[in-house]
Amino acid sequence: MSTTEYTTYMTDKIGPLPFCPGCGHHMLIKALDKALVKLQLDPMKVVVVTDIGCIGLSDRYFITNAFHGLHGRAITYACGLKLARPDLTVIALKGDGGCGIGGTHLLNVARRNIGITLIVANNFNYGMTGGQHSVTTPTGGVTSTTPWGNVEGPMDLCGTAVAAGAAWVYRSTVFDKELPDFIAQAIEQPGFAMLDIWELCTAYYSPRNKIKKKELYDLIESYGFQLGLLVNKPRPEYRVHYRDAYEAGKSVIKRKPTIDKKYSNNVGKQTGIVIAGSAGQKIKSTATLFAEASIFSGLDATQKDDYPITVMTGHSLAEIIVSPERIDYTAIDSPDYFIVISEDGLKRARPRIEKLPETCTLYAEESLELPETKAKIVRLPLNETAKKVGRLSIAVVALAAVLAETGLFPIEAFETAISTFQKAKIAEINVKAAEAGVELVST
Amino acid sequence: MGREFLEGNEAIARGAMKAKCDFFAGYPITPASSILHYMLELVPQIGGTAIQAEDEIASMGFCIAAAMAGRRVLTATSGPGISLYSENVGLAIMGETPMVIVNIQRQGPATGSATKGAEGDIQFTRWVTSGGLPIIALSPATVGEAYELTYRAFNLAEQYRTPVFVLANKETGVTKESVDLDAIKLPPLIERKRAVPGKEYLPHYFNKLTEVPPISNFGGNHIARFTTSTHDKTAYLTTNPAIIQEMIDHYTAKIDEAADDMALVKKDLEEGAETLIVSYGIISRSAAVAVKDVRSRGGEISSLVIQTLWPVPKMALTEAMKGVKKVIVPEMNMGQYLLEIERLAPPGVKVIGVNKMNTSLVSPREILQKGGLL
Repeated sequence: MSTTEYTTYMTDKIGPLPFCPGCGHHMLIKALDKALVKLQLDPMKVVVVTDIGCIGLSDRYFITNAFHGLHGRAITYACGLKLARPDLTVIALKGDGGCGIGGTHLLNVARRNIGITLIVANNFNYGMTGGQHSVTTPTGGVTSTTPWGNVEGPMDLCGTAVAAGAAWVYRSTVFDKELPDFIAQAIEQPGFAMLDIWELCTAYYSPRNKIKKKELYDLIESYGFQLGLLVNKPRPEYRVHYRDAYEAGKSVIKRKPTIDKKYSNNVGKQTGIVIAGSAGQKIKSTATLFAEASIFSGLDATQKDDYPITVMTGHSLAEIIVSPERIDYTAIDSPDYFIVISEDGLKRARPRIEKLPETCTLYAEESLELPETKAKIVRLPLNETAKKVGRLSIAVVALAAVLAETGLFPIEAFETAISTFQKAKIAEINVKAAEAGVELVST
Repeated sequence: MGREFLEGNEAIARGAMKAKCDFFAGYPITPASSILHYMLELVPQIGGTAIQAEDEIASMGFCIAAAMAGRRVLTATSGPGISLYSENVGLAIMGETPMVIVNIQRQGPATGSATKGAEGDIQFTRWVTSGGLPIIALSPATVGEAYELTYRAFNLAEQYRTPVFVLANKETGVTKESVDLDAIKLPPLIERKRAVPGKEYLPHYFNKLTEVPPISNFGGNHIARFTTSTHDKTAYLTTNPAIIQEMIDHYTAKIDEAADDMALVKKDLEEGAETLIVSYGIISRSAAVAVKDVRSRGGEISSLVIQTLWPVPKMALTEAMKGVKKVIVPEMNMGQYLLEIERLAPPGVKVIGVNKMNTSLVSPREILQKGGLL
């Protein structure tokens, strides 16, 4: 820690501040400097973050760290710095223009309560690009893009931040004598603190709309806005809350066991298996268990799924490849085994079923009306069996039946995968379902 | 460890953790969302922070700033998300920010098919931001490579102080494969070169154009500065054309001139073969099957699989194309890397694109057919 006493946090190394004569930014930057002097923070531990807009020219005039980013995104960089290094003091400076383009970041930093300080230099227009209207331009205000007066309503930045849950919100003008003290208070807040500071743009907005100090206060009064500290409701800062939540919840983290070869197999070549059913029939997770069982049997395996973005409705289809060698091509152009267990699955897979070659065996729930196909058809009472062993185990029944009939690898491997990767209670049901599946083809 | 049955997205997350990633920000998007899920669970376990941001722009903003504050940073999205990352990718290049960006490509343009694969973002990645400076992009073909190349992406990001893309595909991201991650050999971990404490710090200091400036993290041993604006070595704004050109030459040279050093390719070249298949990503596996098929019929054929898509591994490509009459370039797009091959192919060499963008893989058969190998 430095023992230097800082009388200013500004540097004159690159000359005087670059703002237009009379611009409110001069006063705002001076107030921030006074606040920093008051707090005597180590400049190495302070970051001034800005983005595009006249106020964004100011970061490099401080002796602190400086981060100057894309238009409207200062809050995101400030949050990134604070999340990465909670020990840093992070102060973001933005204009009203930046609050428009980056409005969502304002809502979200307030809601998350990330411990940065946001100072908005609010002068009702875009100074840097030639005085266009912004989200805070008063209705009727003349700007280069509202030549006949602004027909849009102004956004209440403080009200917006408050609605989003900001912990500390202050509204004032650059003429406020107490501004340095309140900036210092804001910086000392552990959570998110925002100051909405109204000022004059002497290049564009003030001359065009004949607005000076008195008119600025009149405008505030006409809105019925309060000045001063509007909200002061501290709550845990994001990173503190994040650590606490993790510490409280981390016990649920589990490692998945690995798969060692335990069984032999009878798979001589790359073999493609497709299973088509309905969402909610555990098609994907059962296909994974089947693939894991093949790995227990010394095979290489891949799995791809096809399902709609909704859950528990429509089709669910899984493609499994097992192979004694490394699998290169992961698509199944010509399946060796095709399993269809429901109407949804049939509907989705119909075009493929119609094109199945004679080398393929199609295992189908017996109640389904199948299209013409060259595949060898084996009908199985899958629904009926699943009714007995458990509705959610229909895919286990089907894949166990296929396994028993084809002898690709031992049914024990499937049962091992089930008991290794599923919770004991579910595994118990599924091992029974697998046995029931084997029964279907052995009788 | 032992074998596991994993999707590529999980391997990417595990590769990042192996590379000591301690910061993640991302926004949900199919088919990349599971990387966000894995990272949200894994990163706090080592004391880091992982956060779901309000959008892709914020994800990049969080990441760039965290990287400049010393974190090892990952973000992940899909093509539409990269569109929103674009401006901030430029910022990361401009500020020489080490970070890794994963793109699990899906069928585009626009929303396209969220759950379907494609590799339509190859040239988009190369020219991802305004200004058009070089970037690094790695393309995994398997779940194992997703792990390895994500790890290597961190090394490249730190070594060259630049954003590095892992340009994967839904077909590698959410396809499960059996893999033993611990059996994969990885190079030693590389950390960014740090500026010497006690000495003056220039955030973009270099002597030779190719030199990568040492970094001082925000909150570290120096006052740090970072800017989106055209700047000199001190990170102060400049309008001096000579300095501007020097900085642009530096950003360009540090990547382009290292292209052959960082090149990762898999050569399977056959002496005297007149046909070469150049492939990358998931389609390199279809190419492997096609190559086996040709050879099983007594034919001669060479294959070059490219993992470092950008910068183009010129030397490896030039060598592989020596003496061949035909180069076949299969892609899950309408012919993007083909442009690079056409650019580098010696005169008289026929370059054939095998292109498909209908959400299904380019099959070995299509390569054989369109490549005239049947």
